[in-house]
Amino acid sequence: MTVLTQSAPARTERQYQFSWADAGPFLALVALLALGFLVNPDFLSVTNLSNVITRSAYVAIIAVGATFVISSGGLDLSVGSMVAFIAGITIMFMNMMAPSLGLWAIPAGMAIAVVTGLLCGLANGVIVTVGKIEPFIATLGTMGIFRALITYMTNGGTIPIDKSLREAYRPVYFGTLGGIPIPILISAIVAVLGAFVLYKTKYGRRCAAVGANEDVARYSGISVIKTRTIAYVIQGACVAIAAICYVPRLGAATPTTGQLWELQVITAVVIGGTALRGGKGRIWGTIAGAVILELIANLMVLSDFVSEYLVAAVQGVIIIIAMLVQRFSK
Amino acid sequence: MFSRKWFAAVAVGALMVAGQALAADKKVVAVSIPAADHGWTAGVVYHAQAAAKEINAAFPDVEVVVKTSPSAADQVSALEDLSASRKLDALVILPYTSEELTQPVKAIKDMGTFITVVDRGLTDASIQDLYLAGDNIAVGANTAKFMIDKLGGKGDIVVLRGIPTVIDDERIKGFQDTIKGTGIQVLDIQYAHWNSDEAFKLMQDYLAKYPHIDAVWANDDDMLLGVLEAVKQSGRTDIKLALGGNGMKDIVKKVIDGDAVTPVETPYPPSMIKTAVYMTVANLIGQAPVRGHVKLDAPLITQANAKEYYFPDSPF
Repeated sequence: MTVLTQSAPARTERQYQFSWADAGPFLALVALLALGFLVNPDFLSVTNLSNVITRSAYVAIIAVGATFVISSGGLDLSVGSMVAFIAGITIMFMNMMAPSLGLWAIPAGMAIAVVTGLLCGLANGVIVTVGKIEPFIATLGTMGIFRALITYMTNGGTIPIDKSLREAYRPVYFGTLGGIPIPILISAIVAVLGAFVLYKTKYGRRCAAVGANEDVARYSGISVIKTRTIAYVIQGACVAIAAICYVPRLGAATPTTGQLWELQVITAVVIGGTALRGGKGRIWGTIAGAVILELIANLMVLSDFVSEYLVAAVQGVIIIIAMLVQRFSK
Repeated sequence: MFSRKWFAAVAVGALMVAGQALAADKKVVAVSIPAADHGWTAGVVYHAQAAAKEINAAFPDVEVVVKTSPSAADQVSALEDLSASRKLDALVILPYTSEELTQPVKAIKDMGTFITVVDRGLTDASIQDLYLAGDNIAVGANTAKFMIDKLGGKGDIVVLRGIPTVIDDERIKGFQDTIKGTGIQVLDIQYAHWNSDEAFKLMQDYLAKYPHIDAVWANDDDMLLGVLEAVKQSGRTDIKLALGGNGMKDIVKKVIDGDAVTPVETPYPPSMIKTAVYMTVANLIGQAPVRGHVKLDAPLITQANAKEYYFPDSPF
């Protein structure tokens, strides 16, 4: 299929060339689905696909925020531990409020999650922009801080959500609306909002401009500090939304919650066609990237020919092939 | 600047000498363990602190000091700090890694300290006076025995394993050796890294792949939590057993409550640190000889004996 697209005559026309580049991650996605079907027809069953796409929602939602940060020339390694930290704060707050507020503790906890996320993002942003510290180092620092805080809050164990709230909150992950799982709907809304802001607003264009060339952006009167800080705040909000969807799944936060998610998020963003060095953001590609990552993991289990010891290696190969498909479809 | 530093050093030194004089007739037992970074180590910290509190209250002549360290390098420094300021009568240590801790523990041993090693052995076994550990092979084997019994000797099962380590390998080996020759067939076995989220995903995939599963074994309770959530979501009723291992309080509670799918549990109890501290102290003050090799079995926890393994206040 990808070979066909390459030999298409449209390649000479600039207009088409561009759209094929954008289509790269989706071609990889389609190729993966076809491969999956060949390996095991159950792969395309509605239950399996809905499970996998629902699972990819966390990484997808966080990756929408990361698309802003990365396209503005930043990086955020703290998102995985931030999810754990926000989930911990949210559960503790909900449990505390449950006796007085009853089920209203759930929306109250969600509000706290968003506020915490915005503050965490703001902290990252200010350290990077005002503090002028390399994003890699700054967020590596906050990554350690958030991880230590959740470990401290849990005493190394688990913070479970109050039993009285558990069943009422459960549908936020397991429920459906019109047949579509709620986490998928939430990530779709986040993606639509993200795409609107990145592609249609002044801020979105500033974001890309700052990422493409900081000096030029500054000379054109764009506040680099403000633009980048806002990108981190958006990232914080996305992490909070992901945490809100995460808590009802297992009903607990632990020190291992969200471990290494930052790498999955960055991989999803890059598979999606966003340049890691900044200047170009692709929200829908990012979403495709997140789904691709989760599909690969799913495919590994559904196929019988990969030894359990080699799963990670095969995953790595598939990610690289997906990137190559994308590169050569340009 | 310098003079102020000297002054501070002298003051601190004087305090330490005074402190030592006060504690001189007390026997000091240092407990060095990894810091809590997941459920099991959190349990170790909890039980070590509980042992220290109980022993310090019960025996005025003994002082148990607990020190947690977040990495092997930190544990080495902690050993130096613990032994620098005073003589240790005994050291109870759960080493982060065998290789890095062997020499530092030997250095303490050379000062005449009684050494108790817990769970993970040192590379030189002659250093330890007492070695105490659980039995990972029995964790797998006892779970398998129960499963064979309960399923009537035949059935299709799926297995979730942890992080590629000796602990994981031993549990899997104990399990596989026991089911060998029976009608129990392992449909699939994959790593889920002792993580509930990964176990949730893996179980969803198992459920999508196999239309009929008789039983699940997750070789750790963190993973079992994810498994149970995935089974619940699928609404499948073919899964008759979902078993874990380790002795997490949530799972032991299920056993106490008579859960149909998780009726038993196999312990690899973090409370073994407490057993080790108590034995060490027994040797110090009760003149009860304890030198040797102690292996705690992994007896099946059933409704009858579950209370013995249930610690509602522990984080694990």
